[in-house]
Amino acid sequence: MTAYLLKRAAAGLLTLVVASAVVFSVLEILPGDAARLMLGFNATEDAVQALRVQMGLDQGFLVRYFHWTGGLLSLDFGRSYTYSVPVIDLVAERAAVSLPLALISLALSTAIALPVGVFAAARRGRPADTLAMAASQFGVAVPNFWFALLLVYVFAVWLRLVPAGGFPGWSAGAWPALKALILPAIALALPQAAILARVTRSALLDVLGEDFIRTARAKGLPQRAVLWRHALRNAMLPVLTILGLQFAFLLAGTVIIENVFYLPGLGRLVFQAINQRDLIVVESVVMLLVATVIVVNLLVDVSYALVDPRLRTRT
Amino acid sequence: MSDEALPRTGFMAQAFANRSFVAGFVITAFIAAVALLSFFWTPYDVTRLIVADRMQPPSAAHLLGTDQFGRDMLSMIMVGARNSIAVALVAVGIGMGVGVPLGCWAAARGGYIDDVLMRFNDIVFAFPALLSAIMITAIFGPGAVNAIIAIGIFNIPVFARVARAGALAIWPREFILAARAAGKGKGLITAQHILPNITNLLLVQGTIQFALGILAEAGLSYVGLGAQPPMPSWGRMLFDAQTRMIVAPYLAIIPGMAIVITVLGLNLIGDGLADTLDPKLRRRR
Repeated sequence: MTAYLLKRAAAGLLTLVVASAVVFSVLEILPGDAARLMLGFNATEDAVQALRVQMGLDQGFLVRYFHWTGGLLSLDFGRSYTYSVPVIDLVAERAAVSLPLALISLALSTAIALPVGVFAAARRGRPADTLAMAASQFGVAVPNFWFALLLVYVFAVWLRLVPAGGFPGWSAGAWPALKALILPAIALALPQAAILARVTRSALLDVLGEDFIRTARAKGLPQRAVLWRHALRNAMLPVLTILGLQFAFLLAGTVIIENVFYLPGLGRLVFQAINQRDLIVVESVVMLLVATVIVVNLLVDVSYALVDPRLRTRT
Repeated sequence: MSDEALPRTGFMAQAFANRSFVAGFVITAFIAAVALLSFFWTPYDVTRLIVADRMQPPSAAHLLGTDQFGRDMLSMIMVGARNSIAVALVAVGIGMGVGVPLGCWAAARGGYIDDVLMRFNDIVFAFPALLSAIMITAIFGPGAVNAIIAIGIFNIPVFARVARAGALAIWPREFILAARAAGKGKGLITAQHILPNITNLLLVQGTIQFALGILAEAGLSYVGLGAQPPMPSWGRMLFDAQTRMIVAPYLAIIPGMAIVITVLGLNLIGDGLADTLDPKLRRRR
């Protein structure tokens, strides 16, 4: 088990190193000189050159790469060209929007998907199952940003229950801030819930055919106990895998959803930074997201062992 | 030989006996027909702006209404279908064209080549696909071609993984052993025996990636990185509709429905094919 986790951790670390090299090199070939873009096209060549030196752009590729990765490790992400603040502050401020958004969506999607999946599996082939699966088939096909637009129309424009967009900040109090995140979270969660419900159902159906389920039923356990305690626990492996993948997807999905709702999150930050050629911000945010994805996948690997005791003894 | 993969004609005949597949096939054929028709005929010219006709709700003259420039929505949806299908289809082609040979190679060679290729796969998987697609299109400039490349790159590891898994299951079989005993090389065996036996598997994955490609293209176009005006695209139409939703909600509802119907059709095909492929799944229904 420990050996298995160490191996996974080493693979994750390797992925991070390669990812950092890829991100750095790809942005190297980005057309447009950052210094020139910042100063505008009327600036003198001398001024541009001076800024290049100040930003360290005159140094070699490898020097800048190691400077950057060294900085990442010590949580010094450098300074944003456009915002003139340390990138770490910028990222922390924006993550305070994106992270809760992704977590709320994940919780919401799980809270919808597990009961629907279990419900459908328990009534396999019956109208309730068919209906649930038809609904989920529809849910998978809905683009989250379109669903977001419809939600805005119904709940913000029509019913005026929640704001149509923008974010008051956590300083305005938890409730107004949460209120601004409700619609985006639902928009992100629903298509994910549809996928998760389908996976839960089919994983459960695999398990329900096994002998130990027949035993559990034979000894007179109620259906509810069989489903939730015996079957679901054994069906958790594929469900957890999808959950891990979904967290990554939710983080990335915030890029578009934050644009729909004008939320000042990481997604919007990276989108604006790309347009403004604020490379250091793009690099840092992308690396942060990749690192998060890797850590979450590692956590999924750990949770396998918690769910399935057989994996604990395996190396 | 009884458990040998069924001949392709038999497979398709079986697929047509599947309800999901038939429903999906009808929907997808309809969308494809509409896209093809748009090459020869649309109710109105999508490049002609008639401001006097702007934002008309659906009527007999304009079945789906007109947009903020007076363009006919039905014509826009028809031409948009062409764009969505082209982008997603070529992206699937890129993914298959690169991913399948890679996956087959990894399965045939094993050892360190397999390790390196699969590790590389993991790395591509670690990048949130949409975010990376946004980076790629932002770097190389927005447009349909760059959207295709961006979506295509993330299809590569998916097909590599499926092809490898499929091929690994075929390699230990007796008929492969016979082919090897006959002195055939690994490349020839892959082309003659492995590929025909994983075609169905790739077909299922292809439909899924096709559907995901349509969604990804819509997302990229929505944030302004996909097809550029005046080329109509469903995602772009949704972006344009966003600020006008209060006065003309149909502008947002129609392109969204077009996306949902297309993706639904493709997913139903994928489901139907998967059911046909795996009899265990079929029994489950």
